[in-house]
Amino acid sequence: MTTEVGSTSEVKKESEQLGADATKENPKEVAENQQNQSSDLEEEKDSKSSPSAKSQSSPHRQKRQKDPSESRGISRFIPPWLKKQKSYNLVVAKDGGDKKEPTQAVVEERVLEKEEPLPEEERPAKGDVEETAQRKQQVIKVDVKEETPSVSGPETQPAEEVRKEREDEKEIQEDKSEEAAKRETKEVQTNELKAEKAAQKATKKAKTVQCKVTLLDGTEYSCDLEKSAKGQVLFDKVCEHLNLLEKDYFGLSFQESPEQKNWLDPAKQIKRQLRNLPWLFTFNVKFYPPDPSQLTEDITRYFLCLQLRQDIASGRLPCSFVTHALLGSYTLQAELGDYDPEEHASHDLSDFQFAPSQTKELEEKVVELHKTHRGLSPAQADSQFLENAKRLSMYGVDLHHAKDSEGVDIKLGVCANGLLIYKDRLRINRFAWPKILKISYKRSNFYIKVRPAELEQFESTIGFKLPNHRAAKRLWKVCVEHHTFYRLVSPEQPPKAKFLTLGSKFRYSGRTQAQTRQASTLIDRPAPHFERTSSKRVSRILDGALIGDADQSLRKDFPGPAGEVSAYGRGAVSTATAQDGDGRRDVRSPTKAPHVQLIEGKKNSLRVEGDNIYVRHSNLMLEDLDKAQEDILKHQASISELKRNFMESTPEPRPNEWEKRRITPLSLQTQGRKGDHLFKDILSMKEKHQTAATRTVEEKAQEADKKRAPESEGPCTGAIDAVKSSHETLNVVEEKKQAEVGKDERVITEEMNGKEISPGSGPGESRKVEPLTQKDSTSLSSESSSSSESEEEDGGEYRPHHRVTEGTIQEEQEEYEEEVEEEASRAAKVVEREQPVPEASPGKQAGASVSTVETVAQENVVAPKVSAEKSVHEGALKQDVSEDTEDEQHKVNGEVSHVDIDVMPQIICCSEPPVVKTEMVTISDASQRTEISTKEVPIVQTETKTITYESPQVDGGAAGDSGTLLTAQTITSDSMSTTTTTHITKTIKGGISETRIEKRIVITGDADIDHDQALAQAIREAREQHPDMSVTRVVVHKETELEEGED
Amino acid sequence: MGTSGEGLGRCTHALIRGVPESLASGEGAGAGLPALDLAKAQREHGVLGGKLRQRLGLQLLELPPEESLPLGTLLGDTAVIQGDTALITRPWSPARRPEVDGVRKALQDLGLRIVEMGDENATLDGTDVLFTGREFFVGLSKWTNHRGAEIVADTFRDFAVSTVPVSSPSHLRSFCGMGGPHTVVAGSGDAAQKAVRAMAVLTDHPYASLTLPDDAAADCLFLRPGLPGVPPFLLHRGGGDLPNSQEALQKLSDVTLVPVSCSELEKAGAGLSSLCLVLSTRPHS
Repeated sequence: MTTEVGSTSEVKKESEQLGADATKENPKEVAENQQNQSSDLEEEKDSKSSPSAKSQSSPHRQKRQKDPSESRGISRFIPPWLKKQKSYNLVVAKDGGDKKEPTQAVVEERVLEKEEPLPEEERPAKGDVEETAQRKQQVIKVDVKEETPSVSGPETQPAEEVRKEREDEKEIQEDKSEEAAKRETKEVQTNELKAEKAAQKATKKAKTVQCKVTLLDGTEYSCDLEKSAKGQVLFDKVCEHLNLLEKDYFGLSFQESPEQKNWLDPAKQIKRQLRNLPWLFTFNVKFYPPDPSQLTEDITRYFLCLQLRQDIASGRLPCSFVTHALLGSYTLQAELGDYDPEEHASHDLSDFQFAPSQTKELEEKVVELHKTHRGLSPAQADSQFLENAKRLSMYGVDLHHAKDSEGVDIKLGVCANGLLIYKDRLRINRFAWPKILKISYKRSNFYIKVRPAELEQFESTIGFKLPNHRAAKRLWKVCVEHHTFYRLVSPEQPPKAKFLTLGSKFRYSGRTQAQTRQASTLIDRPAPHFERTSSKRVSRILDGALIGDADQSLRKDFPGPAGEVSAYGRGAVSTATAQDGDGRRDVRSPTKAPHVQLIEGKKNSLRVEGDNIYVRHSNLMLEDLDKAQEDILKHQASISELKRNFMESTPEPRPNEWEKRRITPLSLQTQGRKGDHLFKDILSMKEKHQTAATRTVEEKAQEADKKRAPESEGPCTGAIDAVKSSHETLNVVEEKKQAEVGKDERVITEEMNGKEISPGSGPGESRKVEPLTQKDSTSLSSESSSSSESEEEDGGEYRPHHRVTEGTIQEEQEEYEEEVEEEASRAAKVVEREQPVPEASPGKQAGASVSTVETVAQENVVAPKVSAEKSVHEGALKQDVSEDTEDEQHKVNGEVSHVDIDVMPQIICCSEPPVVKTEMVTISDASQRTEISTKEVPIVQTETKTITYESPQVDGGAAGDSGTLLTAQTITSDSMSTTTTTHITKTIKGGISETRIEKRIVITGDADIDHDQALAQAIREAREQHPDMSVTRVVVHKETELEEGED
Repeated sequence: MGTSGEGLGRCTHALIRGVPESLASGEGAGAGLPALDLAKAQREHGVLGGKLRQRLGLQLLELPPEESLPLGTLLGDTAVIQGDTALITRPWSPARRPEVDGVRKALQDLGLRIVEMGDENATLDGTDVLFTGREFFVGLSKWTNHRGAEIVADTFRDFAVSTVPVSSPSHLRSFCGMGGPHTVVAGSGDAAQKAVRAMAVLTDHPYASLTLPDDAAADCLFLRPGLPGVPPFLLHRGGGDLPNSQEALQKLSDVTLVPVSCSELEKAGAGLSSLCLVLSTRPHS
């Protein structure tokens, strides 16, 4: 199983990732978080009532599953088995959380795999679908049962299992590592997580651990610490030992691999950062003072010298021969004093390492220069050493290996002034801190959003591919710390920070350079006596090696992730995604995805919990590796704050990346048409699904819609606000499954009804939706992204693409938001057209009528044009499938994989949205970038790639590559389901950018629908939402058995 | 170290190479260069040498011209010198590669550390390299490739070496130079301005920038032959060559302007940066 699991897990991971937008690691984290949360809930439940735990857990699981299923919604496009796997995986993970035994999880997975084939079949055949659904349910149930016995297993265990699997495939995620640590520490897990936690705390508190810290002079300092001690405790001890007051420039690091050095976060518990690594640390300079002469104490400079000598000897700080000699000569002067022919002639200089490769010539030159330093005190020699060393171009530059958007190996150097990009030894680009608007990472991608250059009009986001997620996070943290330390007067408060907006919660909590300088002026003590020892210098170099050995275990994990990364290839890298958006999107996406696939009810719940979802995702995305479950809650809270801030934040006046991205102008008409196609495709997809279990699907969709309804309800039937209760939703989900399988539409509908209000015209709702798009673009975007993601998740094939796209999408969405707002302020022309578009033959089901109303609003404002297309489909869409399906599928694949999923058709969402993304700016040379910018065609290459990834097939169907799916909402009532899809497209034509918003509203239902009313609502909503924009086109497709086309 | 920028232009010696007849005759023409007045070119070259020796007080070494090397006069392409290190280049044109031999020997004799390119895939013309006193910019041009730039970075490790794409059919130094330790001088052409913008992005140091109407006017040499405290010189193209840029050059304070003319040699692609190499035999003093 391990192998199988690995493959499946990978797929799952990918799917999850896609769904969550999070990188592989992120997904894991997300999953973990979810698991944790769910597990917490479960635990609580368990604690309350062990017997009920199973049932409760099942709902949770279901929910979780639902999440995955939601992602599956994306997966629709993806082969069913993949989807199932994912979902299963999720389930497993959840279960795993309950379960302690990995084997069980494996078994489950296997089962799932076996079942997988069935699910594929499901789509075509209702019965199959039902069966699959049942099977899924069964499986889940089974898992639950299994879990329950082992239930003692806390969240961590399941997560661990999942992690294990994932780890095999991929890097170890932070969470995993944490969990792993937990595992080690807590080998014995209590049934209840809480109990475990408590036990852990107790035990940890009681226990002490011996820490060994390698100091800069090569000596080792050891001390005993409480296991629960935070990094600050150890750091303070070390500094006390060193008699160091100006300690803000320094830090403790630990290496999880020879090449990966992590800084110990003083604010967090050591054990959580180390995980299962040995408690070995090195004391290092963390922030190299740009001007060492401003340090107050000689002892501080001395330690800096020691660090630099290490850096030089190791080659991290390259020097010319002359500089090696000069610095070496100062070293001799400082450690040996004035040159003494008698004493030093016999001195073996090989004890010193002046350079990575030390030649006799160099030693001779050192001695020659040493003679010229006569009279310099050790402190003066150190100062001279530093004066020369600080001018070295690589002084204080923290290098990180990465790849640019084209897959070229580069290095990212973080320094006091900003971010440097190196290719080989050559600096090919530079981003000063003031130019960087935002730093983010997602999975193994690292992104910076930079201000437009002088001649550029738009901000651009540049993506880099790091070897793995941890590397990306490490880089991100280093950037955050450096920026804060060197550029800010005081550490910024996470929520309000405009720089690094939505990053993880992590912020540099220490003193900034300005603060430490000020503090240094207050130092009032006689210069401490310290001994400069040369005897220790040899050992210094060994630090890295020592640490590396310990971490080999971790290394194992890394290869996996790297492989994945490679798989993603350039595409991922190339896509530049907005950071914030990603995080958010990720968060939401998981939730959504699950809803789609498994449970609509969840969607409702999600909706209700919108913030939470957001939080979760953000947590996952933003979360620090070290964070424990406890922290997560805090995280969520902070995230919600962030979210609020984000929402509140005024849109940036500047044009978004979108414009850049959208190189190819799309004519409105074409878009509209495309939209139509998409729409049709979607419909067809739905229809296909419907064919399997048309009404059931619809109902589900409707349910989903209801959940989402608040957003998009407009034309649709009234049901919306309705139920949010998770329990209900869970039930609904099950029912849906059943419905899918057996067409228990009625049941579902009933439940739906109970939860939701009967379908009616929901103009108000629709209105709500639109505003949401503008105002809550984030939320909307997240939703849309989620849908797309979910789809992606489902499709194993898309994964890489999806991932990439997801990131991009989020950014775009964010941008969208901004744009939208901007647009809102702009004046617009209003042109309304109504184009009746007859759609294919109505579904088989009698009474089903499909009407599509597309409203296109165009603004011919200089900058953005916004076209909103709203398509309202009323009636049953179900049956049309057969014809369109093929074509649609193609489109779907290209555009979005929505269609594939039987259950999910409701979600429909992202017709082309997947493409949305990316404005990838190729990193290459600065000059190149400028060129690009001037041309306004900055990102093209990347985008193209992205597009191809996501929707290779799209071209035909989706001329609208440029379109972004903002919102996909499905409102379901007994007889009707409404789906609203919003595409935002920006096109730049000769300096004029057009923003087009296409909204497609699909109303599916058995009951007769007042099409005129729906249309009126759609138009009204469009106007309300985008007062500045004009409605250019309204297309109504109506499909009925009897009726084919109506306006 | 010299990274402070204070070392910019410090020099004790100047190296030039005579104008061969082949520059004006067949071989030069064969190289696609327009015919030029050999006598005028040689006269310009002689004046340049005189200014370097008499006006600036440098030790002038003049390599004898070789008829087989029509472009040997442009010895600025054959070496990149900073401090005590001379990187012997590998010119893009295979026909010009023999030019480095004479230069190498002369620099070796002056006590410089000689670094060879040693990479068959690397091409580097010395006039694609701009040293600002704090860092290097290497123009990636028709003549210089990434590998060549990489070797520059490998040779002068103390310094940041940044690459600057050069779009025009010219060398980086043909449209920009240093007007002072903190001042970049550049022409107003698109390629020049683009390069300056790129450099502004790449550098950690705040340079002032002076834009001259003529690209060629920016190919100037900031030289500090004397002891610290003595106003440095700026060797630049005079009013006879480029009258439009003279006024702008007056904006450079703290330098003594030394105009020279090389309008005839320019027809062969020569500029001040390619006509002479300057170095200091005691760079660390």
